[in-house]
Formats: sequence, structure tokens, C-alpha cells
Amino acid sequence: MLELSSKELQRAVEELSGQKVFACYQCGKCSASCPFAAEMDLTPRQVLEYIMDGRVEVLNSNTIWICASCFSCMARCPNGIDISKVMEALRQLLLRSGRDQLDLLKIPEADLKEIPQIAFIAGARKLIG
Amino acid sequence: MSEREEPRVGVYVCHCGTNIAGVVDVEEVAKAAQALPGVVVAKHTMYACSEATQREIINDVQQEKLNRVVVAACSPKMHEPTFRAALERAGLNKYLFEMANIREQDSWVHKDGHKATEKAKDLVRMAVARARLLRAYEERELPVGERVLVVGGGIAGIQAALDLADSGYKVFLVEKEPFIGGHMAQLDKTFPTLDCSTCILAPKMAEVARHKNITLLTNAEVTEVTGFVGNFKVKVRQKARFVTSECTACNECVPVCPVAVPDEFNMGLGLRKAIYKSLPQAVPAEYAIDIENCLNKPNLLVCEKCLEACSPKAIDFEQPREKELELAVDTVIIAIGADPYDPSKGQDYGYGKYENVITTIDFERIIAPTGPTNGKLLRPSDLGKPQRIAFIQCVGSRIANPELVGNPYCSGICCMVSIKQALLIREKLPEAEITIYYIDIRAKGKGFEEMYRRARLAGIRFIKGLPAEVLENDDGSLTLVGENILLGELYEHRHDLVILSVGLEARKESEKVQKLLGVARSSDGFFAEKHPKLEPVDTATTGIFLAGAAESPKDIRESSTQAKAAASRAARLMKEGKIRIEALTAEVREEMCVACGICESVCPFNAIHVDGTSKVTEAACQGCGVCAASCPVGAITMHNFTDEQILAQVEAALAERPEEKAIVFTCNWCSYAGADMAGTSRLEYDPSVRLIRLMCSGRLNPKFVLRAFELGAAGVLVTGCHPGECHYQSGNYRALSRFQLLQGLLRSLGIAEERFGLEWVSAAEGERFSQVVNAFADRLRRLRAAPEEQEMVEVH
Ligand SMILES: Cc1cc2nc3c(=O)[nH]c(=O)nc-3n(C[C@H](O)[C@H](O)[C@H](O)COP(=O)(O)OP(=O)(O)OC[C@H]3O[C@@H](n4cnc5c(N)ncnc54)[C@H](O)[C@@H]3O)c2cc1C
Ligand code: SF4
Ligand code: SF4
Ligand code: SF4
Ligand code: SF4
Repeated sequence: MLELSSKELQRAVEELSGQKVFACYQCGKCSASCPFAAEMDLTPRQVLEYIMDGRVEVLNSNTIWICASCFSCMARCPNGIDISKVMEALRQLLLRSGRDQLDLLKIPEADLKEIPQIAFIAGARKLIG
Repeated sequence: MSEREEPRVGVYVCHCGTNIAGVVDVEEVAKAAQALPGVVVAKHTMYACSEATQREIINDVQQEKLNRVVVAACSPKMHEPTFRAALERAGLNKYLFEMANIREQDSWVHKDGHKATEKAKDLVRMAVARARLLRAYEERELPVGERVLVVGGGIAGIQAALDLADSGYKVFLVEKEPFIGGHMAQLDKTFPTLDCSTCILAPKMAEVARHKNITLLTNAEVTEVTGFVGNFKVKVRQKARFVTSECTACNECVPVCPVAVPDEFNMGLGLRKAIYKSLPQAVPAEYAIDIENCLNKPNLLVCEKCLEACSPKAIDFEQPREKELELAVDTVIIAIGADPYDPSKGQDYGYGKYENVITTIDFERIIAPTGPTNGKLLRPSDLGKPQRIAFIQCVGSRIANPELVGNPYCSGICCMVSIKQALLIREKLPEAEITIYYIDIRAKGKGFEEMYRRARLAGIRFIKGLPAEVLENDDGSLTLVGENILLGELYEHRHDLVILSVGLEARKESEKVQKLLGVARSSDGFFAEKHPKLEPVDTATTGIFLAGAAESPKDIRESSTQAKAAASRAARLMKEGKIRIEALTAEVREEMCVACGICESVCPFNAIHVDGTSKVTEAACQGCGVCAASCPVGAITMHNFTDEQILAQVEAALAERPEEKAIVFTCNWCSYAGADMAGTSRLEYDPSVRLIRLMCSGRLNPKFVLRAFELGAAGVLVTGCHPGECHYQSGNYRALSRFQLLQGLLRSLGIAEERFGLEWVSAAEGERFSQVVNAFADRLRRLRAAPEEQEMVEVH
């Protein structure tokens, strides 16, 4: 697993995303806008609070994988933070450390029939960054 | 118009479109008015306030020789000035006018047209009865000169003094400390622009010292104030400085002085000598000797080190220790500022116990280049460089629990103070971890939110959730225990330095200053403005104004704004050179006065004195009527609110079916306005009540109540401002004690106690007014239904 200090996490996220995470004042509009927030273990707002709090556990959250990069959050953030880029940065941190989230070959056949194609594409995109 | 002339009254009943006429049968009201004694003309009109009707009134006054006018329309608070002006145009004295409030008190609060019409007729009958007894008064003019006293030499006092002095007025600026500047002199940099406090303050202070129109009295306190606008006599006690204007500020005396005491200007964080200066730029520029701590005692010079060291020979131990000055001024500005909350009072977060727990005001001195560490950010316990610094917000503020130490209000400035200080730390220690623990961040002001955002972007951590406590560790670091509300998790964080963001509270001296000047303070301890929105710098006493944090917690910009407003309010009075006093004053019929002195003891304004017989200082009298209600022989007449006029209203109200009616006495400022509020909010209430307006609930003479019961009134309800909010300071307390006395008297007369009530209603409490009236009417109804159960009826 990835070994990071709080400061390193914050720097890496800001660098990879190009976003000013600390501008977030925790209004919650991103979570309110996110179509998948109900499925996430941390809401998008909480992800930002975790980063500001220097909590490396944020990388274990399922949120960053559920995020569909739909940009709804970004469209509404009063501080102009592109949260989807923050999510991407968190995924990148893990992917670059060699951790896989999705093994296409391990998806059960039955599911393959059910899952819409766009989901595979999104999944693959997250895999390669 | 002569006193004996027969009253010829004109009555005008207004439709107010459908506002009144939609509920009240105005034609019938006008017809009924026509039959009242003394009424010559009675008409109804679509809009009484229209220019056309005003002309009609003027015409009637002239043609029909009317000498009294009654308009039954809206609240007098709305249009009394309009109609009074019309009377003056008609050549009639403006005090010969009376309004019956049949809109706010009737058509807007009752739906039953019949009952509302009956009530309107009563209200008109009451108004006509009063009008018949009205008398003409001339308003007096008082001269107002051009001298002003400013109490307090903080930024507010300085700004007000300079504006007035620049406009040519003569200013006496009285400051209790040896140097002016107030808290602003203690600050390092100021939000929201981060400009250096001394850099912007020092030129203003220097100007004060230089200005030919300003007499600066430092080390001085006001000890007595008498008189009134245009004629205040002020006594000031000034302590000696022992250093004369020969002082060149060479500093030679300071190193030789053997005394070292905690420096209060530096919040006790450093030491100073007995001869000292607060700041290099301090004003006055001369040093001062703190004689309490100087080794010399009266007639006993044990140490003359400074005297010897001083080459310009500026030190003079011969100065009398104190002198008393007498000033004559025309207006006064109160600018005594506020105290930062002292957390040791409530032992908040170990302040006073743990060395590394300090306040924001302590921190200003630590980070200021003129402070004890010369601006180096060192923590007190070991003078080490702190790396993990915490701010805790709302210390001593927003505490609604009366069991705890602290103030219920938000101090408004402390969020910005912490944000500013965090940014200043960031500049000095770029690697430091800075955390602000908060409940809400209140950054309301020009450039404030932007500064808050800058702080966030600078990596300052904002954690929502105040710590419950601070624990000290062996190495002097501190552990904060609390909840991160946004994560719903508990935290335990270590910090090297904890800064408590304290609010501002009313100065300890406030009560003394309040008593000296006879002005009011609000329940939070700050000085009370005449009206919170429309008269924010006036006090209820003409000629006394408020500036800066003395009125409520403020930042520098707001303090300046208010100071400049106060200066222009004072200038407006002084420029005019005279002031018109409403003719609502007390008059003593000297032949009746028995010189008992009761009036003198009850007058909240020092306006009546027994000197052979009792005499009123008209300029100081505010017309509350407390004296008239207290005079045991009835020797005091209140202009425009005479006993006869009020009794005539009581009698007119109870002329028909008195057993169904309740008389409600209101004060002009709170409860009458509260009733108007109930009207504008269309809050229905029981139509059996008839309001009689007094200036103050303290005007209530027991005979008004007794007369009402004698005539068979169902009940009498007295209403006034809430305790502490009386427009005349203490009139409502007089009403309360009179109420209690009367209760006993009524009991002995066999009148059920429940028929007499007392309630407090503020000008904003329309809803409360209607509830209070309904509850009282219910109580009376139950009493009537079951008179034998009287004793059982519970109040409310
Ligand atoms: C820690 C801290 C930091 C702050 N930082 C900022 C900032 O960055 N920016 C900003 O805009 N504001 C700031 N403020 C607020 C600012 O200090 C006030 O707005 C300002 O001091 C109010 O000025 P004032 O003249 O009303 O009162 P004060 O500064 O309190 O001055 C009152 C003066 O009256 C004198 N006095 C008191 N009683 C008497 C008496 N009975 N007779 C004669 N004289 C008397 C006092 O000695 C004093 O000189 C800060 C406040 C604090 C506590
Ligand atoms: S919308 Fe923006 S400011 Fe609001 S919580 Fe989300 S990231 Fe923070
Ligand atoms: S006389 Fe007083 S002020 Fe002067 S040096 Fe001695 S102790 Fe200090
Ligand atoms: S200004 Fe901020 S810190 Fe001060 S009392 Fe209000 S909310 Fe609390
Ligand atoms: S009316 Fe009020 S202010 Fe005037 S003398 Fe009487 S008690 Fe004093």
C-alpha cells in the first residue's frame, strides 16, 4: 500500500488535480449535486474535508471509484473547485502505486450482460487515467 | 385662542380607501361625532391625509372658527406631524390637534363590523373629550453653543474629535489613560487590509495633540455632569503626569528608573518602568510617571534618578497629584470603547493557568514590533518557536446559558481577528500548522470574505467544532479535545500555542459613566441608542451621542463610521445654535407644592428640584410625567397630558356599557407602538379594549385607575416597555411599584385583583400585544361568568 504523510497527500492532490482544495468551505453543494452520493461511503464534501484534515484513509474510500466524472459537483462549487479532478487525483495516486481497482477479466459473465457499455469505458478510463 | 373660549371642534373620519371603511361604518361614526358636545363640523373623507382634505380642514378652521381638530384615521405615529402642520397653516397652535387611531387599533384588528364601528365611535368620543381640554403651547427654543465633550480617546473618540474640531467646534477630549489610542494602539496589523495599525493611527493622534480646537485631557476622568443640552457643566479630575511639555522624549530617564512593573499596555507580558511611554509614537509625546509605582511618595523624594537624568528638566514632582477642572459644554459624545473579554473570569480553556494559552489581544502585543518580544513570535512558556498553533473562536461570546460566564451576543470582530492573526503567523512561520476551531465563521464586511478565503487558500485549517477543554502536557504543549462536526468524529489535537479569540464586552466603567450622564444601557451592558435602526448614534437624551465600541462591539471601520456620524449629529445641533423643545414638559403649580421633594427623587433626568417650592428645569425635562404621577398633592401638570385630559378620555371610553370595556394604558414608545405593530400585522384581538396613550407607563396616576373602576370598567390593563428598556430609563419600574400598591388598595375596596393587570410589550411585539390583550379580556370574561370563583382565576 501507498505510504504517504498528511502533507504529502495534500501536496500530491493539489499538484495532480491542479485544484485548490483548501478553498473548500464545506457548503455541501457538491454532495448535493452528485448523482451517486447515496452510494458513496464518503460524500464528495467529506472527501475534501478528509484531505484538508490530512487523512490518508481517504484513498480507501469507495467514493473515488464510484465518481462518474459527471462534473455536476464542479458546475456548482461556489469556490470553483473541480471536485472530479480531485477524485481523479486520488485515483491516480493509487493507480500509480500499482493498485488495481477493476480487473475486467474478473467480472462475472452474468454481470457483463447487465452492465451498460459506458460503465466499462468509464471503468477502463479510470484504470488507465 | 384664549383659555376660556368655548371649544369648537372639527372631526374628520377617514376611509383610508377601504382600509378603514371596509370594516368600520365611517358615515355612522361621523354622524355620532356630530352629536358630541363641542363638535361643530363632523365629516368623513376618503383620504384625510390628502392635500385636498388638509385644505378642507384649513378652510373649516377659518370659516367655521374651529379651535380644535380631531382626525379619526391611522396611528398618530404616522400622520400626527402632517395634521399638526396643517393646523399651523390654518393659524392654529399645533397642540390643539388630536387623533383617534381607528385603523391600527380598530379596522385592522377587528373583523366584526358592528363591534369595530362601536369601538370607532368610542375612540372618537375619547378624542373629542380630550380635544376639548387641549391647550396651546409654545415650543421653547434653547441656545446651543459650540463646545463638545468627547469621553474616551480611542479611535472613535479621536475621529469624532477631529471632525468636530476641523469644523470649528471646540472639543474637550477626556482620556482616562496617560496616552490616547485605545485598543487600536495595541494592534499590530489590522483586518481586512493588513495595514499597520500604528501607521494609520499615529498621524491621527498627532493631529489631536496639535489641533488648536482640541483640548486634550489625559489621565483624566469625568466625575460629575449636570445640566442639559447647550448647558452641560462637567467636572473632570486629572491626575498629574509629573513630566512637563519640556520633555523631548529622549528616553534618558527610562534606563535609570529602578522600578519594573508588569506593562498593562503589553497585557502584562513584559515589564515597564515607573516612568514610561506606551509606544514610541504615543500621544501625548511626553513620558508619564506612574506615581503609584514610583518610589517617591508625597513629600518624600526617595529617588530622583529620572530627575537627575533628564537634561531638559522636564520632570516635576511638585505638581499637585490631582486637579479638578470644570468645563461648560453644549453636547457630549460617549466613546469609552469596550473591554476584551477576560477568559480567566470563567477559567475558560485553562487561561491564566497554562502559560501557552493566551488571548488574541495578548497575541497582538506578542506579534507587534513594539511589543515585549519585538515582534518575534515566541511562546510564553519557553520562548520557543511554536509550530502548531490553534485559535479557539467565540470565547466568552454566544453564551446563552446564564449559568455560565460569558455574553450572549456574537462579538462580530473575533472571527476576523483570528483570520488576520493566522495570516500574520503564516507570513512569519510559513511551515507552521495553524488551526482555527470555530462554530460559524462570520465574515460580514467589505473585504472580509475575501480575507477568509485567502486564509483558507494559505492552508489554514478550519475545524468546525469547539474543543471542550484544553489539557496541558509535560512539555508545555496543549491537547485540545473536541468533535470535528463535519466528519462526525472526535479529535484530540496537540498544539504548542493556543490563542483564545475573545469578544468585546461593555467596559467595566460603563455603569459609572451611564450614571454620570443619565443615559441608558441595553441588557448587554453597552450604551443604548435612541433607535436601533433610525437613530443609531443618538441617545434618548438630547445632546448626548454614542461612538464606537461603547455602543456595541465594532471594528475600526465601524467605529470610525459611527464616530463621524456622531460628530455630524452633534454639529447639526450646534450649528443651528438653538434647539426646539417639544412642549411636553412638567409644570409646577407652586402655590400647591408642599416641597416634599418626592418629584426630585423620582425624576430620572435631574430635571426637577425643590428650592423653596419645586421647580422644573424645562430644558432637561423629557416629559415622562413620573413626577406628576408621584406628587401627593397633584401640584404638577404635564403639558399636553394633563390629569383632566386623561380622565376625560377614561370617562368618554366608559360612557356606554362600561362593564364590557377594559381600559388599556400604554406608553408612547413601546406598548403603543406594539399595538400599532399588531395593527400593521393584522393580528386580531378582543374588541372590548380602549387604549389611552401616556408618554410613559410611569405617568400612570392611581386616580386614573380608580376613576375607571368607579365608572364600572370591566378591567384596567397597564402596559409599558420591558424592564431595562424604558425610554425614560426607569419610568416602568415606577409603574410596577405603583401597580403593586394599587393592587392592595383595590383589594381593600373589594375589587377583584384580576381586573387590574400589568404587562410589558415592546414596540416590536405586535403578537405579544394581541396575546396580552386577549388573555386579559378572557380573564375578565371568565370573571363575569363566574364571579364567585374570582379567587380561583389564574393569571395567564
Ligand atoms: C484582539 C483584537 C484585535 C483587533 N483587531 C482589529 C483589526 O484588525 N481591525 C479592526 O478593524 N478592528 C480590530 N479590533 C477592534 C478595534 O480594537 C476596535 O474597533 C476599536 O478599538 C474600537 O475603538 P473605540 O475608540 O470605540 O474603543 P477603544 O479602543 O476601547 O477606546 C476607548 C478609549 O476610551 C478610554 N476610556 C474608557 N473609559 C473611559 C472613561 N471612563 N473616561 C475616559 N476615557 C475612557 C479608554 O482608555 C480608551 O482609550 C480588534 C480588537 C481586538 C480586541
Ligand atoms: S461544492 Fe465546493 S466548496 Fe462546497 S463542499 Fe463541495 S468542494 Fe467544498
Ligand atoms: S523617581 Fe520614580 S519614575 Fe523617576 S526613576 Fe525614580 S522610581 Fe523611576
Ligand atoms: S465573530 Fe466569530 S468568533 Fe466572534 S463571537 Fe461571532 S462567531 Fe464567535
Ligand atoms: S416629567 Fe419626567 S423628566 Fe420632567 S421633571 Fe417630571 S420626572 Fe423629570
